Amino acid sequence: MKDHNHILHNVDSDGIDRRGFLKCMAWAGTGVLWTVSGGVLVSKTLAQIAKAGSLPAATDLSFLQISDSHIGFSKDANKNVTETFRIALDRINAMPTPPSFLIHTGDITQLSKPEEFDTFDQLLKSCRTKDVFYVPGEHDVLNDGGKLYRERYLKRVEAKGSGWYSFNKNGVHFIGLVNVLNLEAGGLGQLGDEQLEWLEADVKGLGADTPIVVFAHIPLWTVYPQWGWGTSDSERALGYLKRFGSVTVLNGHIHQVLQKVEGNLTFHTAMSTAFPQPAPGTAPSPGPLKVPAEKLRRMLGLTSVQYKQGNSALAVVDSNLS
Amino acid sequence: MITFIRKNKKAVLLTILVVLNFCLAAWGDESAKLPDAADRTNTIEIRDFAFNPPTLTVKSGEKITWINRDEEPHTVVSVEKQFKKSSALDTDQEFSIEAGSPGTYTYFCSVHPKMTGTIVVEK
Repeated sequence: MKDHNHILHNVDSDGIDRRGFLKCMAWAGTGVLWTVSGGVLVSKTLAQIAKAGSLPAATDLSFLQISDSHIGFSKDANKNVTETFRIALDRINAMPTPPSFLIHTGDITQLSKPEEFDTFDQLLKSCRTKDVFYVPGEHDVLNDGGKLYRERYLKRVEAKGSGWYSFNKNGVHFIGLVNVLNLEAGGLGQLGDEQLEWLEADVKGLGADTPIVVFAHIPLWTVYPQWGWGTSDSERALGYLKRFGSVTVLNGHIHQVLQKVEGNLTFHTAMSTAFPQPAPGTAPSPGPLKVPAEKLRRMLGLTSVQYKQGNSALAVVDSNLS
Repeated sequence: MITFIRKNKKAVLLTILVVLNFCLAAWGDESAKLPDAADRTNTIEIRDFAFNPPTLTVKSGEKITWINRDEEPHTVVSVEKQFKKSSALDTDQEFSIEAGSPGTYTYFCSVHPKMTGTIVVEK
């Protein structure tokens, strides 16, 4: 990707363009609304939206991304991850328009233990939104290659291989990918040939104007390879999606909001509901980031996505749990 | 009861070994090392998503132990599947193997594959 350090389109005559704005926002981790209109991505801060009125009113589809709940984790970074997960669910239940469904982008549990999955399922019962689509994190497939995960969380979909699948909602094509299995020594996340071939065939018959949402645990763009934050063969996957006018990639794994725009591709990572992780390269390792108790909930959160048919608009909004 | 007898047997065996050790010591250092080769512990600490030391040299038959000091689970998996793999090690959990035939063995953490290490086994 080319790095733009200059203003390309100064639409609002405010001295900052879209790319410049994205660069500024990249590490901020605050609420940003993304809207893709006719292939052009427009971004606004939540403050700007508040000034202008409100979020887009009636939308044809809204869904919510939750990620990295790490049920079973009990170390200093957050001794009560079930409580913060419960708060996230309360936030979903309090939404004026409930989301159509949830997407969980992996690391449901800390250690893939059956009792951790049980606790998660039990907590999720309090959520008003019942439809949930999953992809596994590496923490969900620790000792059995994901067998238990697949038995529990793929009942609603026609999953292939190690658990990838696609489905359609309101004209949007959703693709759930698995990039946490069969990892190679020294490497990053991996999709593998079988999954990539499936993906190529899966999108072949779709019109270029079909909005695409791809979700997977480990980022499908190279965030920070030194910490394994990337997927070795994601370029091939994205190659199959380049012809589409709007592609939104939703990931977890890194426990912080990061965004990148590359042509029609919008990459986005969500916060965890369990504990934050350091910004790339700012700590000796990507281990859990310990922050003062009063600061913790500001660094945990969830992501709301809205799509309005006809406008081909897709909006991604992050909100924290404070 | 059984445990008691076993313990007793162990104690007797240990005494014999100690005596034997003294005898062997007279023959030189190399022979003296033989009886306790399997008891010597070579520890690899897992900290900050890294194996320390990254390369460990041991003698065939010696015990190698990994200890996870991170808050993140890690595994120990032979790249060429040359030794049994560990289950996911939580904080402070250990995993041990006995060094096999001489050679170089590379391993990694299957959860965080960027983490790699090497075991060199000498005769």
